[in-house]
Amino acid sequence: MPVRRFDKTPMPAQEAQARAHNFFEVNGGYTAARAAFEAERCLRCQHPVCVDGCPVHIPIRDFIHAVAAGNMTGAARILRSANPLPAICGRVCPQESQCEAECSMGGRFDPVAIGHLERYVADWERTQALAIEPAITKTAKIGIIGAGPSGLVCAGELARLGYPVTIYEALHAPGGVLRYGIPEFRLPKAVLDWEIDILRAMGVEIVCNVIIGKTLTLDDLTNRLGYAAIFIGTGAGLPQFLGIPGENLNGVYSANEFLTRINLMRAYDFPNADTPVRVGKRVAVIGAGNTAMDAVRTALRMGADEAMIVYRRSDEEMSARVEEYHHAIEEGVAFHWLTGPLEVIDDGSGWAAGLKCQRMELGEPDASGRRRPVPIPDSEFVLPVDNVVLAIGTTPNPLLTRTTAGLATTAKGCLLADEATGLTSKTMVFAGGDAVTGAATVILAAGAGKRAAHAIDAALSAQPH
Amino acid sequence: MTRILDARRLTPVTKLFRLDAPLIAASARPGQFVMLRVREGGERIPITIADYDRAAGTITIVVQEAGATTRRVCALEPGDSLLDVAGPLGSEIDLPPGGHICGVGGGFGAAALLCLMRERSAFGDRTTTILGARTKELVILADELARVSRSVEVCTDDGSDGFHGFVTQRLAQLIAGGGPGRPDAVVAIGPMAMMRAVADTTRPHGIKTLVSMDPLMVDGTGMCGGCRVNVGGQPRFACVDGPCFDAHEVDFDTAMRRNKAYVREEKIASDLVGCVSGRSQGDASQAL
Ligand SMILES: Cc1cc2nc3c(=O)[nH]c(=O)nc-3n(C[C@H](O)[C@H](O)[C@H](O)COP(=O)(O)OP(=O)(O)OC[C@H]3O[C@@H](n4cnc5c(N)ncnc54)[C@H](O)[C@@H]3O)c2cc1C
Ligand SMILES: Cc1cc2nc3c(=O)[nH]c(=O)nc-3n(C[C@H](O)[C@H](O)[C@H](O)COP(=O)(O)OP(=O)(O)OC[C@H]3O[C@@H](n4cnc5c(N)ncnc54)[C@H](O)[C@@H]3O)c2cc1C
Ligand code: SF4
Ligand code: FES
Repeated sequence: MPVRRFDKTPMPAQEAQARAHNFFEVNGGYTAARAAFEAERCLRCQHPVCVDGCPVHIPIRDFIHAVAAGNMTGAARILRSANPLPAICGRVCPQESQCEAECSMGGRFDPVAIGHLERYVADWERTQALAIEPAITKTAKIGIIGAGPSGLVCAGELARLGYPVTIYEALHAPGGVLRYGIPEFRLPKAVLDWEIDILRAMGVEIVCNVIIGKTLTLDDLTNRLGYAAIFIGTGAGLPQFLGIPGENLNGVYSANEFLTRINLMRAYDFPNADTPVRVGKRVAVIGAGNTAMDAVRTALRMGADEAMIVYRRSDEEMSARVEEYHHAIEEGVAFHWLTGPLEVIDDGSGWAAGLKCQRMELGEPDASGRRRPVPIPDSEFVLPVDNVVLAIGTTPNPLLTRTTAGLATTAKGCLLADEATGLTSKTMVFAGGDAVTGAATVILAAGAGKRAAHAIDAALSAQPH
Repeated sequence: MTRILDARRLTPVTKLFRLDAPLIAASARPGQFVMLRVREGGERIPITIADYDRAAGTITIVVQEAGATTRRVCALEPGDSLLDVAGPLGSEIDLPPGGHICGVGGGFGAAALLCLMRERSAFGDRTTTILGARTKELVILADELARVSRSVEVCTDDGSDGFHGFVTQRLAQLIAGGGPGRPDAVVAIGPMAMMRAVADTTRPHGIKTLVSMDPLMVDGTGMCGGCRVNVGGQPRFACVDGPCFDAHEVDFDTAMRRNKAYVREEKIASDLVGCVSGRSQGDASQAL
């Protein structure tokens, strides 16, 4: 029977002062006792509204019930039936605006800690010996472009359905943003590697260092190499810049460059790893999404004395996961809300020495429905900083679309794809994830990959043999 | 893994490699480059595709020892492999056909002219290659370039080979009508200082000039923006829109400053490699 407790069972975490200087995972994960304790809080609603908030409709009530009953095998099976990346999503989904926002416990009490429980079940599953064998029963080959979450999930679903699948990845390692963007302290690479190992065990072939649109074209894949269907999951990796003076000074990075140097290229281990990064004493990160939070907390871990967020709107409009925001505060990150960047100041030798800003106030709502920040006259001031990291958004990479005739895109460069199937303007070419939506979330990318896999299966099954 | 089929020293600090890379060979175009990595934990570095043989499935690269990674590459021999080679990246050199094309190469830049000149000559363009080096032993690929361009002009700073002086002085003579005559377009590939000098030489004459920018790169696929170059006041990603840009629009000052961002770290990494091929950092930089 559900037990009435108002508060979420706390997640064990590394102490803030210690973790602000290491790259080990912040959260430790529930113990079996904590998981059972939390699972008992779930009301087992007849109409589990939490599921409405989940982009992939995990049977949340049922898997939590299985945890409460001590049936871990069952819990893992239920979870995986709906979400192919539970260990990752349990860590990085914005639960507070999805499942947990809808939970019936919410409002007066803390919602059930669905994310923590998802992570617990998935981590338990990782301790089990999996006996996976390739079960390729079909002959139609599927080609997948990009090894981010959308491509990985699409590949996994198709392999499960018996298709031979090849993923082509531009970089030297698979994972997309999960590899080069989200840092180790939030998503250990071992978790990602485990998911990728499962795909390989299922017979999915991953070919790195191949840039579709450059090494091979999309038409090569279908015409020359004989792929019956293609899924495009190339993400939205092209960083935007502000266009303010001083942006090209040394010490100014896009968040993608900053995080890629440190995560993918392991600059934290320089000079054992060869790629350097220069992190000074004071680092300003512009933006307030997950990327900005990751960059600012990474700066602390790379040895910055002061790391700060500079954002022209207020904390209300911040798009980062709330847990990351809280963790950042605990770790000592400073927040300059309603602060608009104007210029990066030169130290006289071509390096950044400061960020000139102006104070803002919130005016009328803009097109996005959020109140528009308006500059306050004569409010300029300079934050002395050694680095400026721009985390102001990314757009889809043009490499593929520039070299592929007949792939329709929006004005912003996003691929046009049918919402239910992912079908693009080209026959048997499907797409999903950030390449279609613009920068979004892991679970939306995973969901799109899964839907496209089933659409591909349906389309191929309908074809005469 | 990409296998090295042939390797040969061109100068004490440059080495030519032929790699088994059929997919890259099949689609490479002049001006494009590859990103390569030598070892786990190694840097991804951009290296120009000097030439390609589609039938044999090979590409040729020429690597000049500048620091840790290029030294590691230059220590490799036929039969060894490079951990990762990805490409072809960047955009091909875009020049209208017809007319007289002059390639100006300094340092490893001479190599990048190989496939360009071969294709242009085959299209029936008039082709001239100006090669520059400090001294005779550092001139590379003069014979190979002589086979693919109508004329080759070697220039050495000390006069030990060919024209005594800088490539820009010889180029000025051509523009004035000397030797093979005034070029309709110039492609300069080499050290930034040389490319800037070429830009300054052609600017007053309004001769279309392209330079191959070599900013620091991380991914080479348009994902980090670290390779941004200011062209005509706009930030352009060298790995996607370049590396060749209109020489008269490029902000060389910013580009040169940005390339020096990690001198301190590069020294540390390079010292760790030690003298894998028995030479010190000093020699490598002098060779430029
Ligand atoms: C720093 C950061 C933190 C984030 N934090 C969160 C979070 O906490 N929670 C959350 O839900 N979301 C988060 N996101 C967003 C989330 O990571 C993305 O929405 C998600 O990764 C998109 O997945 P995708 O498969 O569409 O593309 P990506 O993950 O971008 O992967 C695309 C892959 O395709 C490859 N590729 C691109 N072009 C080609 C080509 N032409 N040929 C071959 N390969 C190609 C790329 O190299 C890449 O590996 C974060 C994003 C960033 C940058
Ligand atoms: C598009 C492009 C094509 C290139 N083609 C070739 C090529 O065909 N052959 C070749 O030998 N090199 C080429 N380079 C330069 C090569 O990438 C660098 O020399 C290499 O990255 C240096 O790595 P490193 O670890 O050996 O030295 P590092 O330790 O990184 O650097 C050592 C020294 O070289 C300088 N340096 C570093 N990177 C560059 C750079 N990108 N350009 C100029 N100087 C640099 C540094 O300032 C430092 O003084 C190219 C660069 C680009 C961007
Ligand atoms: S809404 Fe909350 S309480 Fe109800 S089933 Fe879902 S998790 Fe349990
Ligand atoms: S090298 Fe990263 S965008 Fe060009």
